[in-house]
Amino acid sequence: MPNRYVVAYDDSQAARRAVDFAVQRAKQDGAMLLVVHVLEWSPYSFLTPQELEERHMRREQELARAHAAIVDPLLNELSDAGIEAEGEIRYGHVVEALVAIAKEQQAQQIFVGRTGQTGMVSRVFGSVAGSLAQVSPVPCTIVP
Amino acid sequence: MTFHALRPLAAAALLAAISTAPAGAQSLADRVDTIFAASTGWFVNLIFANLPGTSIPWIVGWLVIGAVVFSIYFGFIQFRAFGHAIALVRGVYSDPKDAGEVSHFQALATALSGTVGLGNIAGVAVAVSIGGAGATFWMILAGLLGMASKFTECTLGVKYRNEYPDGTVSGGPMYYLKKGFAERGLPLGGFMAIMFSIFCVLGALGGGNMFQANQAASQVQSVLGIPTWITGLVLAVIVFIVIVGGIKSIASVTEKIVPFMGIGYVLVSLVIIFSNADMILWAFGEIFRGAFTDSGIVGGMVGAIIQGFRRAAFSNEAGIGSAAIAHSAVRTKEPITEGLVSLLEPLIDTVIVCTMTALVIIITGQLLQDAETGRYILDEAGRIATAGGSAAGVPLTSAAFGSAFGWAPYALSLAVFLFAFSTMITWSYYGMKAWTYMFGEGKTKEMVFKLIFCFFVFVGAVSSLNAVIDFSDAALFSMAIFNIIGLYFLMPIVKRELDSYLSRLKSGEIRRYH
Repeated sequence: MPNRYVVAYDDSQAARRAVDFAVQRAKQDGAMLLVVHVLEWSPYSFLTPQELEERHMRREQELARAHAAIVDPLLNELSDAGIEAEGEIRYGHVVEALVAIAKEQQAQQIFVGRTGQTGMVSRVFGSVAGSLAQVSPVPCTIVP
Repeated sequence: MTFHALRPLAAAALLAAISTAPAGAQSLADRVDTIFAASTGWFVNLIFANLPGTSIPWIVGWLVIGAVVFSIYFGFIQFRAFGHAIALVRGVYSDPKDAGEVSHFQALATALSGTVGLGNIAGVAVAVSIGGAGATFWMILAGLLGMASKFTECTLGVKYRNEYPDGTVSGGPMYYLKKGFAERGLPLGGFMAIMFSIFCVLGALGGGNMFQANQAASQVQSVLGIPTWITGLVLAVIVFIVIVGGIKSIASVTEKIVPFMGIGYVLVSLVIIFSNADMILWAFGEIFRGAFTDSGIVGGMVGAIIQGFRRAAFSNEAGIGSAAIAHSAVRTKEPITEGLVSLLEPLIDTVIVCTMTALVIIITGQLLQDAETGRYILDEAGRIATAGGSAAGVPLTSAAFGSAFGWAPYALSLAVFLFAFSTMITWSYYGMKAWTYMFGEGKTKEMVFKLIFCFFVFVGAVSSLNAVIDFSDAALFSMAIFNIIGLYFLMPIVKRELDSYLSRLKSGEIRRYH
C-alpha cells in the first residue's frame, strides 16, 4: 500500500497552498493524497422543528454542493496532473475529523494551510492549524 | 428596589397606560373575552366533567391510568433504561457516518423547547396556589409515570412516520394511528387520526398559543405596566413575521437562547432554595404533609392530587402526543432509541424545572398559612391567599423570585416572553402538521391556519386567565383521548421493538462508537 497523506481542503487560498505543497511531497515520496473537506457541524446545536424536518434534505444538498463545487474539481485537476488522490467529505469538527480520518486510513502525514490570524481572534477561537499541531497522531505540516 | 416597592409604581403606570389607551381597543378586549368564555364553556365542562360520584375529572384519571399502564407494561422502562437514554443523548451509540443528520440531542432539545414554557412557571404557580404544597408531590409522581407514556408515543412516532422523496419527514400520532391500526388490521384508525388532528389544532391554539400569550402579556403588564392588548399585538406581529413571513432567523435565535434561559432559571431557583437552606427540610415536609393530609385547601387531599396531576400533564404533555411530532424527524434505524431519549423530557420538564418553581414559591413563603393550625388561608375565590396578594400564575412566581432578588421579576419577564414565543413557534408547527394532515398541503391552506394562529395570539393575550387556562387544558387533554386509545392498541408493537432492541444491545450487535 502506498503512503497516504491527508490534506485538508476548502476553497480558500490557504488550503490551496497546502494542497500544492502536499502534491510536491506526494510526488517525491510516491504517496497518494486524501483530500478531506469538513462541513462544520455540532450534534449539540439547537434547531427549530421546521429545521428538524428538513435536516436530511439539507444534508443531501450540502454534500452534493461540497462535491460539485469544492472536492470534485480539485480531484479532477489532480488526476489530470497524474497525482493519485481520493476525496472525503465529513460532518463534524474540523480537527477531530482530520485526526479520525488519519487514523482510519493509516495516513503518514497531515497537511493543513493556515490563515495566519494573530492576536485576539486566534486566542479566543483557536485555529485549526494550532489545535491540529497539538493533537495530531501523525506528523503534521502547517503550510503558511 | 424590591418587587413589592415596585408594585404601586407599576400600578400607577398601568392606570396611566389604560387611561391613554384607545377606548375602542379596551372594549374590544372585553368583548373578545366575554365571547371567548361563553363560546368555549361547554367544551371545557365536557372535558373536565367529574367521574360519577367523585370530584375527580375523568380526563385526569385517563392520563394517569395510561401512564401507570405503560409503566407496568414496559417494566418501568423509565428507570430500567435511564442510563442508556443518557448514553444515547450523549451520542455514544451514534454512527459517526450519520453526522450532519438530526441528533438525538437536537430532537430532545427541540421537543423540550415546546414543553418547557409557561406550564413550568405559571402552571405550577396555579397548581400550588389551589392545591397547596402537596400538589408538588403528585406533580412529580405524574412526571415520573409520564416518562413511560412519552416513551411509547415517540417510539411509534418514528416507526410510522412518512418519508417523502425530497428527504423531508412527517410524523406524529395521526400517522401512527392511521398506519399502525391498518397494520394490525384494526378499524377506525383513519377516524381517530382525524379526531386527533382536530384536537391538535385546538390544542395548538389553546395551550400552545393563547395560554402562552395570556401569561406573557399579564407578566409584562404587572412588571412594566404595559396593557395586555399591546403585548398581544406585538407577539401576534412577531409570530406573524416568523410563521407567515418565513423569517427563520428570529425563530433560530430564540431556539438558541431558550435552552440557556431554562438553565439560568434552574440555577437562579437553586440559589434561592440554597440561600434558604434551613427551610428546605420544612418545604419537603410541607409537600409530603399536603400530599397525604387535608391541608385546608378546597377538596382536601384529592384537590392536591388533581392539581398536581393536571399541571404535570399540561406541562410535560406526556400522553398528549405532541412530542411525537417533533421526535419523528430523527433519522435512526431504531425507533426505540428515540422513545428512550424522549422519556427524559418529563423528567427535565416536570421533575426538575416544575419542582424548582414549586420549591421557590413554598420556600419564600408566598402561600399564607394559619400560624396556629398550619392550614392554608383561603381567599373568597377558594385559592390560597398569597403573601403579596399576587394573582395565581406568573405573578405569583414572579413575586416569589422578587422576594429574593429585586431584579428577578424583570429577568422573569424576559424569560416568560421568550418561553412563550418559542412554545408558540413549536406549537404552530404541531398545529400546522395536524392541519395539513386533514386538509392536505398547499400554500393557501397553510396560510389560513397561520392567520388563525396569529389571531388567537391576540385573543389569548386579552382574555381573562380562567377562561384561557380552562380552554387550554381542555384542548390539550382532548388530544390525549385519541392518542392514548391508540397507544393501548399499538403498545404490543412497541414491546416487540423494545425486546428486540434490548436483546441486540445485550449481544453487542448494537455497538458503541465512542
